[in-house]
Amino acid sequence: MSNLFLFNLPDVGEGLTEAEIVSWKVKLGDIVAINDVIVEIETAKSIVELPSPHAGMVAQLMVAEGETVDVGTPIIAIGSEISAVAGAAAPAAPADAADPAAAAPETEVMKPLVGSGPKADAVKRRPRLGSASAVPAQGASNRAAPGQVVPVQALAAVAPPLAKPTHVLAKPPVRKAAKDLGIDLNDVSATGVRGEVTKKDLLSYQDQRTAEQDGAGTFWAPAKGSGLADDPRVERIKVKGVRKATAKAMVESAFSAPHVSIFVDVDASRTMEFVKRLKVSRDFDGIKVSPLLILAKAVIWAAARNPSVNATWTGDEIIIKHFMNLGIAAATPRGLMVPNIKDAQNLSLKELAVALNSLATTARAGKTQPADMQGGSLTVTNIGALGIDTGTPIINPGEVAIVAFGTIKQKPWVLDGEVIPRWITTLGGSFDHRVVDGDLSARFMADVAAIMEEPALLLD
Amino acid sequence: MGTPQEAAAGTVRTSSDAASPDVSTHPPAGESAGVLRSTAVGPQDAVQLLDERGESRHDATFSPYVEALDAEDLRGFYRDMATVRRFDTEATALQRQGELALWVPVVGQEAAQIGSGRAMNKADYAFPTYREHGVALTRGVDLADLLKLFRGESNGGWDPREKNFHLYTLVLAAQVPHAVGYAMGISRDIAADPSTEPAAVTAYFGDGASSEGDVHESMVFAASYDAPVVFFCQNNNWAISVPFEVQSKVPLVNRAGGYGIPGIRVDGNDVLAVYAVSKWALDHARSGLGPVMIEASTYRVGAHTTADDPTKYRMMAEEELWKAKDPLLRLETYLRGEGLADDAFFEQVKNDGDELAAHVRKATLALGGADIRQKFATVYAQAHPLVAEELAWFENYEASFADATTQPSTTQASTPQGGAA
Repeated sequence: MSNLFLFNLPDVGEGLTEAEIVSWKVKLGDIVAINDVIVEIETAKSIVELPSPHAGMVAQLMVAEGETVDVGTPIIAIGSEISAVAGAAAPAAPADAADPAAAAPETEVMKPLVGSGPKADAVKRRPRLGSASAVPAQGASNRAAPGQVVPVQALAAVAPPLAKPTHVLAKPPVRKAAKDLGIDLNDVSATGVRGEVTKKDLLSYQDQRTAEQDGAGTFWAPAKGSGLADDPRVERIKVKGVRKATAKAMVESAFSAPHVSIFVDVDASRTMEFVKRLKVSRDFDGIKVSPLLILAKAVIWAAARNPSVNATWTGDEIIIKHFMNLGIAAATPRGLMVPNIKDAQNLSLKELAVALNSLATTARAGKTQPADMQGGSLTVTNIGALGIDTGTPIINPGEVAIVAFGTIKQKPWVLDGEVIPRWITTLGGSFDHRVVDGDLSARFMADVAAIMEEPALLLD
Repeated sequence: MGTPQEAAAGTVRTSSDAASPDVSTHPPAGESAGVLRSTAVGPQDAVQLLDERGESRHDATFSPYVEALDAEDLRGFYRDMATVRRFDTEATALQRQGELALWVPVVGQEAAQIGSGRAMNKADYAFPTYREHGVALTRGVDLADLLKLFRGESNGGWDPREKNFHLYTLVLAAQVPHAVGYAMGISRDIAADPSTEPAAVTAYFGDGASSEGDVHESMVFAASYDAPVVFFCQNNNWAISVPFEVQSKVPLVNRAGGYGIPGIRVDGNDVLAVYAVSKWALDHARSGLGPVMIEASTYRVGAHTTADDPTKYRMMAEEELWKAKDPLLRLETYLRGEGLADDAFFEQVKNDGDELAAHVRKATLALGGADIRQKFATVYAQAHPLVAEELAWFENYEASFADATTQPSTTQASTPQGGAA
């Protein structure tokens, strides 16, 4: 029977718990001598090369490049021949399958290399008694389970491409700060006495980056030059991605659908009260509630009473949709997106609140998927969130109506002949006149406004 | 010998005779009595007997020490340096293979260690830091014993009295006052019994440790009591990631003047110069003339420890600059040029090094593992309630693991990283 040695990932620093396999320097079947470099790993402290503790033939590479594993995890098996386990990936010889080493290599290789010494590795996190979550939490996801050996060709295929870190000098707190800020130290110009990037360098780079986003103070360039093509005072931004898609959709919509826009001022005081009550109700505990929730519900309710606003114009047909995929326009890191809540008509108020929250969270994280944005039937744009009273929204292509929800603020309002402060908002709506005539759009908007005035009508 | 120093480059003179400091905006303090003039030893000054190209240089004070050596001695210097470098490579590999918790590489500092170590007499005593692997070799310590500490197997690893080589001290600079105390003890032994063999002590420390108060206090005591101690500072230019320029604005050797003791700055990568100045200093101390400070200018080519990554704080170009000053290379050039060693010799040295490496590996793997309970047992000579309480806490903690029955307490280093099927 052949000898098979397993090399467990060592702690190469002081108290490190894990490391990433950066690149293998050997492949299956290579012959290695003691101290031949077999692998490059990256720890929290540095990139280091590991020398082979054994002489023999590389039998298995047990962790793929790019994977991070705990200290103590077996990463390579070295034996006098390629083991049956690895051999099984390539059509295995029957003799290999019969080898007892193939059946249970891991039980045998845990024997200590030399006479004394305990079996297992004390460094890796050990499961604690009475901690149910501890066992699955530390397990199979990042540790190569015994016997779960992937052939080296497959490992190479799944390994993500790795950019070799460039040599930048910086102290650990600076590195940490850069990581936290999402800044690549290579981009920062270094002014340290030894050419290292200092904390100050990092902060001024960060300031500059922020200034680019929010640089009103320094935006205007001093007057010089004549405004010619090479004028340094103009900045050219390539139109691509979401910007390009947004432009195309808006042109398509604005110049093919004749827009009619109408506005209505609404006393939303009862909506505000309703929202306040929902916020403190036990049923809505932990769920974010805003006036947008009531507006969304109002739009769904009003669309059912005025079905032609929930439609598509195809040229020779008007398609009325007996479902509501309610689009919510959202500013995301990638640009304007309109994900929609599918079958919003079936959702309870609470379910709708949850759906709105998760839509917003996903959009803010820039993780909105294309499927989330397809098949919308009517859109709400919450311009009030930006403090705007109202505006003329442009219809999302493929739809025939859009509602703009202005800011809600206290304004003087005449009630029963008296001027009193009330919570007022303005609703704006744009409609495709090919489908929705003025009277229909007015009725729809009045219905939405009615709910905002008196949310209790939803119980109707 | 204890001959008085001539005006060799790199030696601190007792009377200040250097030019005024270069001050452009602030008026100079002038020539009045009571105004300290400048540093005596500049950053370029150092005693050197073998330059970077392997060519020998003459120095009236120090060359005679080297001229007294024969070819076998010179080859021995090379053999020791090559041996400790090969040993260092093996120990680093063992750490990378999970067999040691930590290793402290010595590459680049071989000449400073072999030169000073070989200058010591058998009765002399060395107090090392944690990096004096080369000195350990010259004292006759089995290098495999050094690894016991780094494996967590032992608090020491050897009997310091056997070879007059103290245990490694991990607390920065803490060994320096110990060395002075030991040296003062030697003086008292001699005073009590004049037939006692005169001996001196070498206190090793680095540029980083030079900033510790312990070193200052040690030098004050050593000077006050004329203790037979040589303060041997290996200035390897980096205190982990702190460059020497931050540590001191002038070469450290200038501090000797402040204590009123002789100071010598030596090219720490020139094994012959290090040997000669160490021999001079030890003779000086041993003959009752008091302490001497040596600053050996050298470079830590590798990492501070295996847990350190120097690429994060210093430039490759600097490392390359120092690699050109390699201590082994220049002695090899010299030995070959003088016809003192041939290919067969260097081949033999390499083979012997590999053999030693194999011995060290075998001995390390045979160490097994330490039981942490042993550590509790050695805190106090007798049972102690606090230790008992902490041990009980530890036992309880250990028992809280699901695999407790199959998992006796161990240290990381005790864990074999592989096994035979």
